[in-house]
Amino acid sequence: MIDSLLAGLDGLLMVVFGAGALIGAALMIVLRQPMRVATALISTMVFLGGIYGLLGVHFIAAFQVLIYVGAVMVFMVYVIMLLDTRDPAQTRRFSSLVVPGAIGAALLLGALVYGIVTDLPAAAEGSRPDGAYGVTEFAIAFLNEYWLHFELTSVLLLAAVVAAVAVIKASRSDHG
Amino acid sequence: MDKTQLLIALALALFSLGLLGVIVRRNLLVMLMCMELMLNGVNLSLVTFAQQAGAAAGAVLVFLIFVVATAEIAIAIPIVLLLVRRRHTLDADAYADLKG
Repeated sequence: MIDSLLAGLDGLLMVVFGAGALIGAALMIVLRQPMRVATALISTMVFLGGIYGLLGVHFIAAFQVLIYVGAVMVFMVYVIMLLDTRDPAQTRRFSSLVVPGAIGAALLLGALVYGIVTDLPAAAEGSRPDGAYGVTEFAIAFLNEYWLHFELTSVLLLAAVVAAVAVIKASRSDHG
Repeated sequence: MDKTQLLIALALALFSLGLLGVIVRRNLLVMLMCMELMLNGVNLSLVTFAQQAGAAAGAVLVFLIFVVATAEIAIAIPIVLLLVRRRHTLDADAYADLKG
């Protein structure tokens, strides 16, 4: 009995987290102030972390919160605080593309959802139960098969650091 | 709809909303955040499919996307700051002359 109750709770929590993520994403389009948009994005990311936890990939949930919320969004919030809030771009929300953009996004979403409803097999029989792989399988695959990609990301990060320094130098030489 | 379809639909909705935000918003920082939302939608679809197939490769790809997103933000924010120093505005329309 408790098992079935817990299984029901799992599904309910997933729907609640999904609805929260969707509401946060919708608020990002509507809200005016960048700081509020950042807060909505943070809530969406935390809800997605909850979904990852429910799916059984706890290490991705942890890294979602640590990297996205803890590093990327904190960086973003700092930059928003640094910039001038009297900028007119902060109060005028939408560009002139709002109507065609909305129509196009609605069409895209409709086509994609229609595609998954009609074509995606509903829970294939061969699919494994939740938690089919843990951090052990992930780590073995990561460092045995994908070590080259892992090393290449270090090159990418180095390039990013060098480029950031170059951008700062360019801005310095602009202003004496 | 079962769980997989629901999660993929959520991922698609997040991606579409992010794309809509990049197109319709005029604040550069908000556009960057909407790009992050698109990456989050892609991550959700990867995790869902990897979980359904029981393959760890999807999780590896999610990790690589984390790294790429971090590098992207680390580059994009200094560029935005440089632009704001020049024109004193975050409005994307102020840089319309970039289209040549």
